Amino acid sequence: MRHLIKLAGAAALAIGLSTSGFAAEKLKVAFVYVGPVGDFGYSYQHNEGRLAVEKALGDKVETTFLESVPEPDSDRAIEQLVRAGNKLIFTTSFGYMEPTLKVAAKYPNVFFEHATGYKRSANVATYSAKFHEGRYVQGVIAGKLTKANVIGYVASFPIPEVVSGINAFMLGAQSVNKDIKVKIVWANTWFDPGKEADAAKALLDQGADIITQHTDSPAPLQQAEARGKLAFGQASDMIRFAPKTTLTSIVDNWNDYYIARVKAVLDGKWKSEDTWGGFDANLVNMAPYTNMPADVAKMAADTEAAIKSGKLHPFTCPVMGQDGKEIECKGKGVLDDGQILSMNFYIKGIDDKLPQ
Amino acid sequence: MDFAAAIMITVITATTPLLIAALGELVVEKSGVLNLGIEGMMATGAACGFAAAILTGSTFVGVAAAIMAGMALSAVFAFLVLGLAANQVASGLALTIGGIGLSGLIGAGFVGTTRQPVPRFEFPDLSAVDLLKDVPYIVEIAGVLQFVFGQDPFVYVSLVLAGGIFWFLGRSRAGLLLKAIGENQVSAHSLGLKVVWTRFLAILFGGACAGLAGAYLSLVYTPFWSPGMTAGRGWIALALVVFASWRPLRLLFGAYFFGAATVLQLHAQAASLGIPAQLLSAFPYIATIIALVIMSVGRTSIGAPASLGTPFVPDR
Repeated sequence: MRHLIKLAGAAALAIGLSTSGFAAEKLKVAFVYVGPVGDFGYSYQHNEGRLAVEKALGDKVETTFLESVPEPDSDRAIEQLVRAGNKLIFTTSFGYMEPTLKVAAKYPNVFFEHATGYKRSANVATYSAKFHEGRYVQGVIAGKLTKANVIGYVASFPIPEVVSGINAFMLGAQSVNKDIKVKIVWANTWFDPGKEADAAKALLDQGADIITQHTDSPAPLQQAEARGKLAFGQASDMIRFAPKTTLTSIVDNWNDYYIARVKAVLDGKWKSEDTWGGFDANLVNMAPYTNMPADVAKMAADTEAAIKSGKLHPFTCPVMGQDGKEIECKGKGVLDDGQILSMNFYIKGIDDKLPQ
Repeated sequence: MDFAAAIMITVITATTPLLIAALGELVVEKSGVLNLGIEGMMATGAACGFAAAILTGSTFVGVAAAIMAGMALSAVFAFLVLGLAANQVASGLALTIGGIGLSGLIGAGFVGTTRQPVPRFEFPDLSAVDLLKDVPYIVEIAGVLQFVFGQDPFVYVSLVLAGGIFWFLGRSRAGLLLKAIGENQVSAHSLGLKVVWTRFLAILFGGACAGLAGAYLSLVYTPFWSPGMTAGRGWIALALVVFASWRPLRLLFGAYFFGAATVLQLHAQAASLGIPAQLLSAFPYIATIIALVIMSVGRTSIGAPASLGTPFVPDR
């Protein structure tokens, strides 16, 4: 892979040299993905954002991407992108946080954007989406539809984004169904279709009748479909993989954000800041509500609208911790953003221990 | 029974691709060649198998295409390490990187396409037959029969392969010659054995197995294609061969052991038994290291073919 980058870099350099006499140089923008572009999930949606940038600003920018970059090793990959002449680099997974900061410190003239992290510097901005808003809506749907009162949750890694998703899901479910239980399996991977399928099978075997996932492949959906159960898609609309099973999918929508940030660099207005939006900022969408009765679909749509307008907050106080004690409320009647972004506890009603 | 059977079916599906790929590699290594390219051949097999199955609508054609793809890649490897006596480790790694890249190219047009999984055999339900319905325990017997005969065809292929390779390496003349070549290539050559030719066939067989294992992933296990879907299974297959100290029956046992470990840890989590998931995910690798340590302490040789990984240049 790295040789390919070198080659691409050399080729790009050659092209750059040959055309620089005629036109202003294009802004080079690079993206680093944790999974393959073809995962039809998280990385796929980031790549859709890249394509949107090309479409909107194609005459002024040139984009490249690296896919399936392992998180621990990523600083070398990011540095290669800098050396290849990229001036704006999006690193799109939580685990790229330290590597991005490390490389950014060496190259102060290059702009970096790190997704889902919380550490910034002069040339590193952060951005993320309030995925937990979508998970709250899913929880409401699951709470209404489950007959077994057991939901299976295929999780990836115990990081705040995933933990707050589990909590938001449960709060949504508890808002309509007091007896609901959740079984959580950590797959310890973002993308391994076989293992995700096995995790879904284990959950279904242990009595779950609705599967939700925070891993990136459609394998859990397919398993649910094979057993005639229900499930939610992740990151992109996955209904094509399980047309009779998919209730809805949380759809990440990076297009507008990426276009805005690339424009900011072109206009010389880029600065390091944090962007964190949900339904309201159009960073998170819900795919159509399918395979459910009309009243549940309406309830889901109403919940989505209420969150979008700000009337409903998934983490409205009082939020009870697992031990039954109330979590300190740092926002105005809600948990504040910092508390959600660093969430490392389960709420009451989750009978499991959070791996540390 | 139902719950246990469900777990066992999950274990079988998790194990079968590992077993098929590792059996192929076992034969390759027994002939004295180390092929680290399993992951790449599996990935290409998965992509070609899925693409061919979608284009023709036939699972059989898909499987055949996957096997051919695995063999084609392994033939490239054979040309490098046998024809040019290139370094096997470097060539194998190149095969993995190249194979994964190639799979992305082949599969690019099939991302997001789905097809039905390969059906399992449906064993007739004896408890529904009038004549038999009063037989004691008929429901249980029918359940056992469905379990024994009701898996997907690949599972039986993998078991037949394991038995066949056990017989081939231990009992057949050709297998003994192959092992002799793997143990001492120079002596084998001076006795007039066809070292390069035998190894070429062994490498092709390994490629066919890796391709078949890849087809299992994209046609049975999770019936869609996506880049990176092998997710390190080729490397686990390599670890398995070492874990099994190059013995086919131990390999069969070890594959089911690895498969059971990965599936049971997921069940342990779903039942919130409080076992650390990260540790259990690393278990196959830890088990391999422990097995190596035990074998090394026990005796001087751990069972690796003596010529493993050594390039062979016949004197002319």
